[in-house]
Amino acid sequence: MVATADPVRGALRTRIEHAMRPWRRANPMARWLVIVGGLITLTFAFLALFPNVVAPYGEDQYQYVVGSTDDPRLLEDQRCGTDVECEQIPRRIEPGEGHPFGTTSARLDVFSRVVHGARVAFSIVLLSTLLAMGIGVPLGLMSGYRGGKLDRVLVTLMDAIYVIPGLLLAIIVAFVLQQYFEPGLASAAVAVGVVYVPQYFRVIRNHTLSVKEEPFVEAARAMGAPPRTIVGRYIFFNVVQSVPVIFTLNAADAVLTLAGLGFLGFGVPYPLAEWGLDVSRAITDVVSGFWWTAFFPGLAIMALVTGLTLVGEGLNDIVNPLLRVKGFKGRVPRRRDPAPESQAAGGEADVSQTITRENS
Amino acid sequence: MTDDAVLEVRDLHTHFGVHQGLFSRGDGAEVRAVDGVSFDVRRGEIFGLVGESGSGKTTLGRTILGLAPATSGSIRWKGEELVGLGEKQFRPLRRHLAMISQDPNAALNPAMTVVQGVGHPLRIHGMASSRAEVRQRVAQMLERCGLTPAERFLDAYPEDLSGGQKQRLVIARALITEPEFVVADEPVAALDMSVRAKVLELMLDLKNEMGLTYLYITHDLASGKFLCDRIGILYLGQMVEWGESDGIYDDAQHPYTRSLLDAIPLPDPSRRDRVKRLPRGEIPDALQPPAGCRFHPRCPEAFAACGFEGRDLVEAFEERWTSVDEATFERELDMVGKLGDVEVTRQEVRFPSGQPHELAVWLREHGEQLPTRVTTAIDDVREDADAVVVRFRDAPEPAIQDVDGRQVACHLHGVTVRPDGDHVGDPDAVTAAREPTPTPSWRATGEP
Amino acid sequence: MAESVPTFTTDTATATAPVLEVRDLSVSYGTPRGPLHAVDRVSFDLHAGESLGVVGESGCGKSSLGRGLMQLLPVGAAVGGSVRLRGEELIGTSNSRLRRARGEDIALVFQEPMTRLDPLMRVSDHFVGAIRAHRPKVSKDEAREMAREALAQMGIPRTRADNFPHEFSGGMRQRIMIALGIVLRPAVIVADEPTTALDVIVEAQILDLLDRLRSDEEVGLMLITHNLGIVAETCDRVAVMYAGRIVEIGPVAEVFADPKHPYTQGLLASVISVDTTELVSIDGSPPDLVDPPPACRYRPRCPIKAEGSDRIDPALTSVGADHQAACLLYEGAEIGHGKVQA
Repeated sequence: MVATADPVRGALRTRIEHAMRPWRRANPMARWLVIVGGLITLTFAFLALFPNVVAPYGEDQYQYVVGSTDDPRLLEDQRCGTDVECEQIPRRIEPGEGHPFGTTSARLDVFSRVVHGARVAFSIVLLSTLLAMGIGVPLGLMSGYRGGKLDRVLVTLMDAIYVIPGLLLAIIVAFVLQQYFEPGLASAAVAVGVVYVPQYFRVIRNHTLSVKEEPFVEAARAMGAPPRTIVGRYIFFNVVQSVPVIFTLNAADAVLTLAGLGFLGFGVPYPLAEWGLDVSRAITDVVSGFWWTAFFPGLAIMALVTGLTLVGEGLNDIVNPLLRVKGFKGRVPRRRDPAPESQAAGGEADVSQTITRENS
Repeated sequence: MTDDAVLEVRDLHTHFGVHQGLFSRGDGAEVRAVDGVSFDVRRGEIFGLVGESGSGKTTLGRTILGLAPATSGSIRWKGEELVGLGEKQFRPLRRHLAMISQDPNAALNPAMTVVQGVGHPLRIHGMASSRAEVRQRVAQMLERCGLTPAERFLDAYPEDLSGGQKQRLVIARALITEPEFVVADEPVAALDMSVRAKVLELMLDLKNEMGLTYLYITHDLASGKFLCDRIGILYLGQMVEWGESDGIYDDAQHPYTRSLLDAIPLPDPSRRDRVKRLPRGEIPDALQPPAGCRFHPRCPEAFAACGFEGRDLVEAFEERWTSVDEATFERELDMVGKLGDVEVTRQEVRFPSGQPHELAVWLREHGEQLPTRVTTAIDDVREDADAVVVRFRDAPEPAIQDVDGRQVACHLHGVTVRPDGDHVGDPDAVTAAREPTPTPSWRATGEP
Repeated sequence: MAESVPTFTTDTATATAPVLEVRDLSVSYGTPRGPLHAVDRVSFDLHAGESLGVVGESGCGKSSLGRGLMQLLPVGAAVGGSVRLRGEELIGTSNSRLRRARGEDIALVFQEPMTRLDPLMRVSDHFVGAIRAHRPKVSKDEAREMAREALAQMGIPRTRADNFPHEFSGGMRQRIMIALGIVLRPAVIVADEPTTALDVIVEAQILDLLDRLRSDEEVGLMLITHNLGIVAETCDRVAVMYAGRIVEIGPVAEVFADPKHPYTQGLLASVISVDTTELVSIDGSPPDLVDPPPACRYRPRCPIKAEGSDRIDPALTSVGADHQAACLLYEGAEIGHGKVQA
């Protein structure tokens, strides 16, 4: 409640403040999870956005211009042997100076491959989860609010999709898509995205089902709001808070699915840099003792998955107030029992209720 | 207060299907939440609907506002029929028919600021053209509802406010479209007692200022008395007594109304020892409402005509056993047999185990010892080879009668039968019930 | 802790020692903003066969008081002061003694009975468990018999003892909870809003039962409620709580006829009963107990604002026989709350 001279700015401020409230009330552990995970994720995001700033070589570059102090990537527009003098990157160098993660048998710099891999991972994961969200959230809202036959059909369909193991489903979709489209980023994204639609659908539908029963939804009906408005203004904003949680957790999972697809050869085509693909191509190296070609892409997969998972778990703690009650660090945002003094079976919940009340 | 009715409810029924068990879908069981209710609400009055939880009062309110579909009957708002209107056709009416809901903590959208939430009805009905106008009208309404200075509240979120403030917001939201008729469902039940009076006072002030008509739904007869011009008492989906509230409070005609009144705790220790006529038990399952008068199993004054039926006999034994000593209990349990085996239908109870002859004799000779007058409604006690079958007479549903200017549905005022409804008894049975039968035939001699 | 408040053992009606003596009981919870003193040095006595009503708005510490007596508090809460049960100190005693005391000596009855009954257990098994936890020598059959007896006493048919909780209505469940509470014949029953979730008629039935228990079994009954009508109907004495303190305590007849503390006056005036002809309410809301008003805690809402209430935190002082109020309108309150030397 802030009274400001300029009502519009004041309104904006309270709205931002309101949006940030769960964060401020969250327990320190959850915030710490989000911060650490966020830093890891942001690092990869930076690599994905500006791979050329970090990577010394291109993703499929096996030779470089001799004596050029400038960007080695000059090579792209010129031809070796005719325009400029080139030298090939040596094969299978151990990690060390010049090639911090070593090189592969195909004369590729592993470090550059890993950096460029972030771009592929990010774009596909982002595309696929956005796709899943774009389909799952509206379907879930509709199914939950309308109910009836539509709901039954959609739930059955989604459950049918859900029972198929994610990777298997992605392979099937990728395989089907291969028949009609050139393999690439887009088809890989669709293959991965389909896997996650049921998750959004289920969470949003179930949440909608419970929010639909809230008195404020009935109040909206009583004031004459049409269904579109009820779903859009009264239900959506109260179910949407679980989306970021699913989003990050799915993204983590999607990294693995994508890597799995790549590993099995259904992902993006070589020579695009993709970690799963790189690990797969490096398998024979491992047997021969060249550990670094498989190790570093694998490490990257693990790091990004860890980062995203930390963010997801942290957000889950922040968004889901029930987990927050423990340790009396936060306030329960909404209390609904009419006579709170004596309610509450569990001890913890009781105290935070007392706190809420005493504060208000 | 003028006498013209703005809202006329006639024989309204709202039934819900109940899914029982895994395999029955939609068929069979039905809750008759509102079951044949008729009343009028006059312009400018406060009509109180009073009942326990499970009486159907909330469903009745929701049905009037078109939030629950009526099964049959008629609701006329200024002559316009509301039953059967689709959501779309109802929508333009909603600015005139508002709702103040029960729990302020849940009735406001937590994702909307005060100005958005309270102003939303204006936008829905196209009553404000710009954001600035909405803001200004919401501010005016908040001030009217005692939330001053309004500027302090406009951009707040509901969770920042106390229960009393939230309830004022709910009222402001309901009244911002300047409705004529407001259904207020337990508007203060969730509030702390020190705040209740203030919210009720606000509702009264706004009623006078804006010329509102209220349908005040409550379980609390005490606040009803202060607020309401007329009152209707609901029990299991039916109105049992309604009329001017002064009359109802001073001289209630239905035993249920009397027990509700007696049960109100009075903040006056000197009247602690007054006689209270409390009914037994609790409001029964609406899935299987009692036959005859629905209040009869609990009624302290129920007699033969009220509709005693099979299960009442079993319950009477059970109730008796809570107050007798261990030996009597064991003896009578042996006589009655295992209660799990007893076959109960509406008109017959069959006791297959136990000691049939002893039970028949006991019913004849000691039936009065049962805590209810259930044996007075017994038509026949028959001893089979290894069981006793007790038959009950037909149970007529009480009709609505005019008693002292009030409408009462109770056999105590002369046995009359509803012209509609499912439990209408045959006229002979009713006449038989009306006549005093000191010694029914099944009681006359020892052997049948 | 030594007695720092004027004596409370002046009850003339009962010459015997009280079953429950509470002295300077404090309950506080840790919050991010600092400790919250839900109950702040509360003292009172409860005699056998007597019922004491505890009233106040939400957030006045009524429930914390009831739980504090049994030390049934969440982790992080602190209890201080002294609670003596038939002379035996309960604060600071061992956990096993406390567990034994709960049920055997003091029974607690709560608002929502369903959450306290295990839906998968027969009602009689709840009893068997409770009885045998306290009296291991009692056989299962004996325990079942005790259960049927206690249930019948509460008006539940003996034949239904083996049913499951969901087969009972709300009022029946509350009867079951009370039966569970009394099956071990405790000396004290603490009932925390036992009827708030119930309808008026069932409420009256339950209160009637509690009242009969009190008189038949000579139990000390502490009835925590927000409903002054219930207190007037069932209690012998009443303690009015505000902001974690008792601000007035005395015989029900006297307090209702002639309330001394402005808060009690306000509460009584705000009751909406069938006799109400005018709506009255108390302005404002109870204070934040993390940071309560420095002097009289009721002053911000008080219509009288007695001389000195902006400086002195009033102590309970005698305003009649066995009747005390903490308000500076009355002589003796100016010594201040908790400022007395031990």
